[in-house]
Amino acid sequence: MTGKAKINIEHLDLYIGKQHILKDVSTQIPEKKITVILGPSGCGKTTLLKSLNRLTDLYSNVKVSGKIFIEGEDILHTNMDITEIRKRMGLLSQRPYPLPMNIFNNVAYGLRISGRTNKIVLRKRVQHYLELVNLWDEVKDRLHDPASSLSIGQQQRLCLARGLSVDPDIILADEPTSALDPISSEVVEKKFIDLKSQYTVVVVTHSLQQARRIADYAIFMYLGEIIEQGPASEFFSDPKEELTKSYLKGLFN
Amino acid sequence: MSGQFGMYPFIISSLWVTVIALLLAGPVCLLSAIHLTQYARPIVLRIMHPVIDILAGIPSVIFGVWGVLAIVPFVGDHIGPLFGKSITGYSILSGGLVLAVMIIPFILNILIEVFRTIPEELTEVTLSLGATHWMVIKHVLLRKAFPGIISAFSLGLSRAFGETIAVLMVVGNVTRIPTGALQPGYPLPALIANNYGEMLSIPRYDSALMLAALVLLVIVILFNIISRWLIFRVERNT
Repeated sequence: MTGKAKINIEHLDLYIGKQHILKDVSTQIPEKKITVILGPSGCGKTTLLKSLNRLTDLYSNVKVSGKIFIEGEDILHTNMDITEIRKRMGLLSQRPYPLPMNIFNNVAYGLRISGRTNKIVLRKRVQHYLELVNLWDEVKDRLHDPASSLSIGQQQRLCLARGLSVDPDIILADEPTSALDPISSEVVEKKFIDLKSQYTVVVVTHSLQQARRIADYAIFMYLGEIIEQGPASEFFSDPKEELTKSYLKGLFN
Repeated sequence: MSGQFGMYPFIISSLWVTVIALLLAGPVCLLSAIHLTQYARPIVLRIMHPVIDILAGIPSVIFGVWGVLAIVPFVGDHIGPLFGKSITGYSILSGGLVLAVMIIPFILNILIEVFRTIPEELTEVTLSLGATHWMVIKHVLLRKAFPGIISAFSLGLSRAFGETIAVLMVVGNVTRIPTGALQPGYPLPALIANNYGEMLSIPRYDSALMLAALVLLVIVILFNIISRWLIFRVERNT
């Protein structure tokens, strides 16, 4: 691996009920790079992503063991406030889930709950993040319309702005473009490439083309195990494992 | 008998009983639904679901008997003296209490469904903004669920307003305009049930009862229109 590791996962095992979902997963996610987690559906890639900000806590039948270090802090065994850990990661889900509020408040919400309530500051910050995702010009005259009145592509960009508003240093994206039209997908992908100068980006995808376009580091998962991982250039041009080779050839999906 | 009728005491009694029932049942249902869907272990919900269904299926006359045996003496012996009044217990409050218990399963059932149909991802994204679980519930889930909550309450309201036998058995049926919850009342459905077919020898009594039935219908429809309008307004703004 080149560069510094932002997230360090050691021997992560995860069960949902009796099902073994993640099997002894160990990997390092490099800082300020785009890491792509690839694999067929049901291989555990979304679960791996969610365990990074402990959304797995929500479900009582989920059991996690192992260690996840984020900048040296083991987030699975820490006294740190879980909301503080989560704030450091912006989450972008498969389909956009705007909050049931207007466009402005969708971005302002995260700022408000972390104590920034000054109106002028809020306005500036909201504008800043909406500009960052190229949405400002489209919505500046309708900030008080409900977020659900936006198109799906706009909603997804709004969700990205919302995730960035709490000033995370990691962005977790779970198949962020799978519900989007090609043009919105392109905007989101380009945004990720712009953002990696400041953020560590982890993207789950099952689109090989997308992975090739954006990945700096690639992780290939199959049935809960990491089969192969490495810098994207090596991973795509010279895969070592048979399973990876056939996946990259498109023999299964 | 001059052939003149007044409906005011009955309408007021009905409103009293209904409002008390909803005030008692509403918070209980909302908090229970939040607990069962957000905090309790899944097994608790699995146990509670059939329990709620059974409660919803109990015939209302059973609730009436239970009201006479348990609620009326309780109100007469404990609640009345609390306010320095000597009463029998047959009162608006007893009616409201019995009704509240009767409508809880209906409201609760809908509320549980409402909360369960909110996608979990909405909770996940809000948590990842640094919200606590309670903030998620307060700022996001309750807002998202608002139309459903209004629907659930208005169904409970309509049921409570039209419920006849259980209320009739505990409310006292005294034709007087009630001015407090500890006084007896005489709700509209009880009026119709007690008198239709009994008092028809009196001239124009049947027309008066027919009008009472119409008033009952119109009020229930009004409740529903108001709740539709509320839902419409909220959905337009979110």
